[in-house]
Amino acid sequence: MPMLSASNVSKSFGGIKAVDSCSIAVERGSITGLIGPNGSGKTTLFNIITGFYTLDEGTVLLEEKPIHGLKPNRIYHRGIGRTFQITRLFWKMTVLENMIVPVKQLGLRTLMSQGVKNYEEEKAMELLEMVGLEKFRNEEARKLSFGQQKLVELAAVLMSDPAMILLDEPAGGVNPVMIEKMMDLVDDLNQKGTTFLLVEHNMRLVMELCQHIVVLDHGQKIAEGGPADIQNNPLVLEAYLGSTQNANATT
Amino acid sequence: MPMLQLENLVASYIPGVEILRGVNLRVEQGEIVCLVGPNGAGKSTVLRAVSGFLKPSKGSIMFNGKSIGGMAPQKILTEGITHVPQGHSVFPKMTVHENLLMGAFTVMDKNVIEQRLEKVYSRFSWLKTRAKEKAGNLSGGQQKIVEIGRALMLEPPLMILDEPSLGLAPKTMSELFETIRELNRNGLTILMVEQNAREGLASAHRGYVLELGKEKFEGKAKELLDSPEMAKLYLGGSTDEDSYRRRSKKTIAPIL
Repeated sequence: MPMLSASNVSKSFGGIKAVDSCSIAVERGSITGLIGPNGSGKTTLFNIITGFYTLDEGTVLLEEKPIHGLKPNRIYHRGIGRTFQITRLFWKMTVLENMIVPVKQLGLRTLMSQGVKNYEEEKAMELLEMVGLEKFRNEEARKLSFGQQKLVELAAVLMSDPAMILLDEPAGGVNPVMIEKMMDLVDDLNQKGTTFLLVEHNMRLVMELCQHIVVLDHGQKIAEGGPADIQNNPLVLEAYLGSTQNANATT
Repeated sequence: MPMLQLENLVASYIPGVEILRGVNLRVEQGEIVCLVGPNGAGKSTVLRAVSGFLKPSKGSIMFNGKSIGGMAPQKILTEGITHVPQGHSVFPKMTVHENLLMGAFTVMDKNVIEQRLEKVYSRFSWLKTRAKEKAGNLSGGQQKIVEIGRALMLEPPLMILDEPSLGLAPKTMSELFETIRELNRNGLTILMVEQNAREGLASAHRGYVLELGKEKFEGKAKELLDSPEMAKLYLGGSTDEDSYRRRSKKTIAPIL
């Protein structure tokens, strides 16, 4: 039984079917990749799974229980954490505060009234060190560069130990060396049991980390399988990779 | 004389916290120069200082022999430098056509605007078929082309691109870099920042590695790409087997 399964999900904006009767399953303990051309519906599917959009048709089950129709915060408390393609940090809060806000059972109110608890701060600092941003702990988030903000978002989602993490283009705007570290981090967390679903255009990251890859085009699933199958699938080459040479160029 | 020359450029957003700590770099006429480096190194800040969005506190920026450091952005635009910023910058609710016209807002002669529009449309023929579409409805890669088209409306001698490949699918990214190289072959000088450092350098003539607000290495793009040290420190994906550990990639039950 997959941990997460979205079945026959559809979502339209105006006349355009952004996601068209799409089904995707994420096995427990896997790193599953979601790839496809720009505008193929990847982020829309993410937004449906995490409750930011309501679906028009279909179901989303987490541990066999429906989660579609739940508010994003409810879904978050069911154990699905996520990051965003374009960062959504609290701009005027410090980096450390941004790390603490999403912690489970904690909200803004607790943050304001009781301040930051020691163990939370320790954990936050550990994670910030991992992404190389510990010296920015007291800086306002808006003062960081785009790439640094992406890294803070990744670190922040890890604060609550979600059972499943959805990453929307984690490598976008991030330095190649940091991408390597990020891959090690995801791999490490996965070894410890965290399940990942990720959208990414960096093929090196996708092909090296993911056991299973789903390819979307025009809101529909056009292929799925292991990295080797996907890299050699003519439909995928045509719609997404361009050519085998391009697929290798980023590896 | 280089087309663009930065000497000992110092700049900060908050007084006392220097983001650029004395940057020296040059762009020769006809070149593509690519800046790479860690997050927060100051790459975008260099671009902002050149196009006037940030006033340098020290140092000089010379463009075709004229000092432009500290000039207002619109002045720098008329000097011949256009800036395509990071992320999406189309006007999403305006049509593609209107977006292109916005690029020529400093041009007064209607005939000139008309000619340039034709040039942009003939270069990117699909733009014409989507001319009446709201730019926000286009895909990320298409929007990037609209942004470049809009910048071309000024026929600038120098174009600045901040992470043009961000968020683009592999095929779209290859097409974008091909477009950039073609614009360059036709005479456009380009200064760009790319986090996709290998692809960026592969399209460039020269590259700079920026770190902690200072240029650390400068060289021919190919030399930077071929250097194992560069790969290890900045470019990632070194071919040296020991430099990154193979991920275990445990097998899981197939999904049926």
